[in-house]
Amino acid sequence: MLLQVRNILRIKSLFPMALVAAVLASPSQTPPQAQQPATSTPTTASPTAPSPQGGAAGSAASPFGAQTQHAGLNVVVLDPAHGGTDPGARGTGGIRESEIVLDFAIQVRRALELQGFQVVQTRQGNENPSFDDRSATANAQRGAVFVTLHISSTGLPGTARVYVNSDLPPVTDSNGLIPWDRAQAPFLGLSKKFGDLVQGFLFQRFKGSPEAAQTASVRQLRTTAAPAIAVEISSVTVENRTDLDRMAPGVADAIARGAATFKPSYVVPSIAGAQP
Amino acid sequence: MTPPWKFWVIGGLVVAVLAAAIYFPILRRRVKRAARLQQQSEEQARRELAQPIAVNPGDPRVKTKLFWASDAIDPTLAPVTVELPLSNDPALRSKQVLNTLLAGPVDTELRTLPPDALLLAFYLLPDGTGIADFSEALATSVPSGIMSEQLAVNSIARTLEANVPQVQRLKILIHGQEVETLAGHVDLTGTFVVNTKPAQAPAIPASTPSVAGKPATPATK
Repeated sequence: MLLQVRNILRIKSLFPMALVAAVLASPSQTPPQAQQPATSTPTTASPTAPSPQGGAAGSAASPFGAQTQHAGLNVVVLDPAHGGTDPGARGTGGIRESEIVLDFAIQVRRALELQGFQVVQTRQGNENPSFDDRSATANAQRGAVFVTLHISSTGLPGTARVYVNSDLPPVTDSNGLIPWDRAQAPFLGLSKKFGDLVQGFLFQRFKGSPEAAQTASVRQLRTTAAPAIAVEISSVTVENRTDLDRMAPGVADAIARGAATFKPSYVVPSIAGAQP
Repeated sequence: MTPPWKFWVIGGLVVAVLAAAIYFPILRRRVKRAARLQQQSEEQARRELAQPIAVNPGDPRVKTKLFWASDAIDPTLAPVTVELPLSNDPALRSKQVLNTLLAGPVDTELRTLPPDALLLAFYLLPDGTGIADFSEALATSVPSGIMSEQLAVNSIARTLEANVPQVQRLKILIHGQEVETLAGHVDLTGTFVVNTKPAQAPAIPASTPSVAGKPATPATK
């Protein structure tokens, strides 16, 4: 398995982010599929309303001449973590993280669709796509943000935390390509902005939650070439599962409002390694 | 009238049953003892492998900052200062402080690392990369979750930062192997920044600023 992942990483290390940026600047083109890693059959919800920006890209004349590129945010990739043989965190009452995040995802998806977003889920049932497959689902989208959902084993029950990736080493490839394993690097600023917005809404809703997003070295976020956050709910230690279920509407609302608030400021860096 | 041969057969069987009744408990005790000895020898081997670093009484006692959780329910890191005899050799010193960190605080609920985790080895490369090799229990017993896993990594990185300035980056191995994540969330494929300043003579910590809660940042892949 490790060998397989390493082989995938070798292939993906040539992931041409610069080409993706060029595509963002030219909506008539489609992303070169050969360059996109295979995904694990993501399911796309039918968009309930077209985005005002509707994927229309391009405030800059040249894809490589501008530091940033406006590309409408219209897709949210939802990632219910774990699944399959990996149950994630487990509570004493038989609560399994992998099952709860799937239920949360249904409510988050509904809230996002009401805001006019198209939603793509990395898994619909009890599968366990690899970290790279989940990232590939997000990286294949245009104008997307990525939200991975988790339930923790620790922390004050009834609180929620948003994490963005810690600083990644600067991208130094002279060819303008971003290595797959550092795909998040150019998006860290946007991820922080998106994370702070969602955390702000969670703070209003769930007392004891932090006011701003925190940083952590989350594996899932590192290979995601989009503004990406991890939302972690505390915790599987609650005695009754309904305590967690009660949080789902608030979490869904916070993510949807955060995405809607973030939408106008969604700007994609079009030069590899550029920090927004 | 019972033939004499039947008498001897029955008598022999009775003796055999009695002998078995006496011998079987002894045999069972021996088997249990052998199993216990085998278990002990495995435990002994494990302990020898991860034998705590001998403390040299000649080493100067210095104030050492160890980073454990501040609160059992909603944990962040908080430094606790203790006096320890620490070696001037940075690799040995790292082992000493990490073993003390693993031993845990007085209040066991404030642990950041599992009680059964062991530091198997610590290497310091010439470029300042410290390689800490922990037993599998670090990965299998740490509570799964971004918060708890990051707290565990941060407590290791911040403790090294405060006490071993020569360690500039930290690489965590589990049983000698690189693993993708600690327990499903926090990325262990790269290294974590420990000290950003160039290594100086070991200084201790009186004026080290508090770094509680500061996340260990990945340095390289």
